[in-house]
Amino acid sequence: MSELAITVLQFGLLLLLWILILSIIAAQGRDMKISKRSRTRVPRTAPPAPSAEASGGTPATVHHSGQQPRPRPRRLVVSEGPLVGTEVELGSAPIMLGRAQECTVVLEDDYASGKHARLFPQGSRWFLEDLGSTNGTWLGEEQLTRASTVEPGDRIRIGKTVLELRT
Amino acid sequence: MSSAETDHPKPRRNAELVLLLIALVIGIGAQVLVGLTMEDQIDQRYWIEAAVQVVLAVGFHVVLRLRAAYADPFILPIAVTLNGLGIAMIHRLDFTAAYEGVADRQLVWTAVSMAAAAALLIWLKDHRRLRQLTYISLLVSIVLLFLPIVPGLGRDIQGAQVWVSIGAMSFQPGELAKITLAIFFAGFLANNRDLILLAGRKVGPLTFPRLQDLGPLFLAWVIALGVLIVQNDLGNALMFFGLFVAVIYVATSRFSWIAIGGVFIAAGAVLAYQMVPHARNRFDIWLHAFDPEIYGQMYGSHQLVQGMFGLAHGGLTGTGLGNGNPQMVSLANSDMIIAAFGEELGFIGLGAMLLLYFILFSRYMRAAVGTRDHFGKLLAAGLAVILVLQVFVVVGGITRVIPMTGLVSPFLAAGGSALLANWLIVAIVLMISNAARRPIYAGPMLNTTGAGAAGTEDPLSSDQARTETTAEQTGVTDAAGPAADSASAGSQGGQR
Repeated sequence: MSELAITVLQFGLLLLLWILILSIIAAQGRDMKISKRSRTRVPRTAPPAPSAEASGGTPATVHHSGQQPRPRPRRLVVSEGPLVGTEVELGSAPIMLGRAQECTVVLEDDYASGKHARLFPQGSRWFLEDLGSTNGTWLGEEQLTRASTVEPGDRIRIGKTVLELRT
Repeated sequence: MSSAETDHPKPRRNAELVLLLIALVIGIGAQVLVGLTMEDQIDQRYWIEAAVQVVLAVGFHVVLRLRAAYADPFILPIAVTLNGLGIAMIHRLDFTAAYEGVADRQLVWTAVSMAAAAALLIWLKDHRRLRQLTYISLLVSIVLLFLPIVPGLGRDIQGAQVWVSIGAMSFQPGELAKITLAIFFAGFLANNRDLILLAGRKVGPLTFPRLQDLGPLFLAWVIALGVLIVQNDLGNALMFFGLFVAVIYVATSRFSWIAIGGVFIAAGAVLAYQMVPHARNRFDIWLHAFDPEIYGQMYGSHQLVQGMFGLAHGGLTGTGLGNGNPQMVSLANSDMIIAAFGEELGFIGLGAMLLLYFILFSRYMRAAVGTRDHFGKLLAAGLAVILVLQVFVVVGGITRVIPMTGLVSPFLAAGGSALLANWLIVAIVLMISNAARRPIYAGPMLNTTGAGAAGTEDPLSSDQARTETTAEQTGVTDAAGPAADSASAGSQGGQR
């Protein structure tokens, strides 16, 4: 190999190193940014409703018969309390809320019980039930006494934490 | 609402594959360049080594696809790049008189480490299971740290007694103790965080926690530090202490810990200077490196000064792989490998490598920010701090920012135990980032167990909802919209 070719290859190596770095940064995109939406403290009263087409890709199939499709909640967002801004993607598995570490959403809230409440899907709706917590679970202004449906935008209050479903 | 669609986390394994290919081209290309410059030809061995690296990296990628599809896509390519560059530089130094066959050993250790990391990913599945090992890992840390001073097992190499030899193999158990101690700190603080935060005595603006809450933590720290001082391993002592301060700061978000930590480090440095001759020697080398007397003496500043000459010789673009004289520095392929890279790849190359370390650190921290459980947050942050402190202590030592201590640069330096530890850290962080980014989804099964199953809703308010639910479950088309449904449909209509 000629001296020149090797020198060119050496510079090529340096160039490639920087290409790797730039492509990593480009691929990261906005990943390092904590999204603005998750920082909003004021719960939105009227969450925008996506059309059924836009919300396609959700695991469970929803049947519609020409009716206006109901927006399907896709995220559980903490809107007040110590964990404000935390978001959880909703799939079709039930979500356990509480302070115990095995909960799906671990609440850092001194007024929450270990296993405080459970959110679970049934059909295309999500239901909330209290699991015998000490301080109770509120849906809107009412304390939960039995499992009831949660619509996007409803305030779920557990201790000092307020959560809501968003589409 | 297409933004909701784009916000949905994607596995991003394809992006990882592309970056992984660039990483492999860099590592293997550096290796081939070394061969071209030093031997003027590329024989079969190079292709075998290249094939091994490709198989390892792609194999790890496949494991991620199968086991942790949502794991961070940038960690693996960066680790592979640094590891490949390290092997190339070690191979290049094997052509000098001082070293022989180190590169092959490093490649074998890379294979072992990546296989162990992949096995950990497959076997552990969820990082939260490590939480159950909180106190066991404290015990394991103590055993690992004490092993080298057990007579008959330990070996003393260059003043630091950190090695264990079993037959022909030698191993640094302290490297693995980093991981187990990080697990212990994270588990302990995740359990006792509230107690440390709330119960305590206030002195001025600082709140000091009660001693009994911190007891086990300080015990762990004192044991680690004591053993390290006995073993003369100051670099690791600094790192464990930094890890301790950083994790407790992350757990409590109290700035006072940083202040207390700074005071302790300063006091420790003064004490070490007064009491430990080894440390005093390092300080002299640091402060008076260019003093001819210190330069000339045994274990003097020769290594440090030659390393700096090497960095200066490299300049902006470096001499090119194989054209410099990095072998002038003792321990050029382990402790001083950064100086060798600075000489042969120049500022541009070394800057890129430091930036890769920085991105790797930021990805570890991103996993910590993203994950939902407290233990995972603390563990990922602790592992990130381990990485960044190692890089700081090594690069700071070589560039004379801080006194030289014997730490190795992660992934680059020759040394099997450090490589194994760093790959295991990669596996744990990948697991945590997978937990952070994956949507909660367990398949199309609906939950019908427990008190929340059908029949327990309020018969007045959600009667219709129930009929609708059953209709959907049996596959019948949607019943007439119930009250809540028409309300939301109405709001939707209003928006249009």
